[in-house]
Amino acid sequence: MSLYRDEGVVLRTHKLGEADRIITVLTKRTGKIRGVAKGVRRTMSRFGARLEPFTHIDLQLHTGRTLDVVTQVETIRPYGEALIADYPRYTAGSAMLETADRLIMGEKEPALRQFLLLVGGLRALSAGEHEARLVLDAYFLRSLAVAGYAPALVECARCEGPAVRAFAIVAGGAVCGNCRPAGAAVPAGETLALMNALLKGDWPAADASEARHRAECSGLVAAYLQWHLEHGIRSLRHVEREPAT
Amino acid sequence: MYEGVVQNLIDELGMLPGVGPKSAQRIAFHLLAAEPADVKRLAHALLEVKEKVRFCRVCGNVAAEEECRICRDARRDPHVICVVEESKDVVAIEKTREFRGRYHVLGGAISPIDGVGPDDLRIRELMTRLADGRVTELIIATDPNLEGEATATYLARLVKPMGLKVTRLASGLPVGGDLEYADEVTLGRAFEGRRLLDV
Repeated sequence: MSLYRDEGVVLRTHKLGEADRIITVLTKRTGKIRGVAKGVRRTMSRFGARLEPFTHIDLQLHTGRTLDVVTQVETIRPYGEALIADYPRYTAGSAMLETADRLIMGEKEPALRQFLLLVGGLRALSAGEHEARLVLDAYFLRSLAVAGYAPALVECARCEGPAVRAFAIVAGGAVCGNCRPAGAAVPAGETLALMNALLKGDWPAADASEARHRAECSGLVAAYLQWHLEHGIRSLRHVEREPAT
Repeated sequence: MYEGVVQNLIDELGMLPGVGPKSAQRIAFHLLAAEPADVKRLAHALLEVKEKVRFCRVCGNVAAEEECRICRDARRDPHVICVVEESKDVVAIEKTREFRGRYHVLGGAISPIDGVGPDDLRIRELMTRLADGRVTELIIATDPNLEGEATATYLARLVKPMGLKVTRLASGLPVGGDLEYADEVTLGRAFEGRRLLDV
């Protein structure tokens, strides 16, 4: 296939040479692809603005020897426009894109569920209906679940018993008193309930949660994510929490 | 592979941005064929730039002295500061001859995905400059891309309590282009920033 077309979300860009960029896109049918967009850094570029991170695009590429070449781009939805107006949302969105890039290791391996999840996450983030960090944590938990690393939150991750007391990343989630390994965190019951609400998409329960449980949930989710990725997420250090309303 | 010193030169030239192995080889052989005086002048210029050039202690622009030429110039308006990402942006704006204020070079833009946050830029130094109350307008001239816009949003939010006038360079249609080829984001911004024709 010399020419192919797909829709996708731009995950990140790298400068290449004088005026080109390498763009990484998570596409609906092809999976993660890296392509060269020629001349897009010039102010006269016809599709420079369409190839910014967060943009949901319809693109056509030409298969190249090492990297494919972007030949046409149309915007489906520029999520970045809404996110840059709100710094906490921008930082949360950046962490989302970096996680998608890290979770999907191979190129041109279809990852439809990850794509749909990312589009949904960006849509929720730009709509601003929920706190940005809640949307980010929900995205982390669900993308991990799609990748096969869903944490156990209702029953013990080891014995499947009901009495959940602690959260052990190495065990795969919440554990009971008997199975609790040394060094396991002991979060509030409400924190585990919040994590479960985010994983299941129970937004009324998540929105009603208290700030201290949200902060505890974010810490646990970030640690759980980075342990499974075997890699730190650089954007996480810069994610800002919105002031409590 | 060439003799040691020639190969060394090719390897060193190949480390420069945009110079591939073939270009490095071509430059190396050009230097070999050049007059010794020309090569010495180039070598001297390279050494001199590393020894003498530093960053202006006020604005962060490249300077040959403690302060750059613009910060030393008493004719420049001290009440307006234009914030840019890199020193090369200062040169681009100076070429327009439209701006007579002073600059502040951030040293990049906020890009969480690359691990660059506000603390990695010269934002603290900017806040120190603004604290004395002399500056009345801050023009944010970061790149019109996502990182540049996010940096502008961050700065505007940070400076807001100081009661300064904060402006952003206009985005829109490039001069000499056709409207039909403009992308929807650029065209949308051009509409947003349209101006009154007062004839």
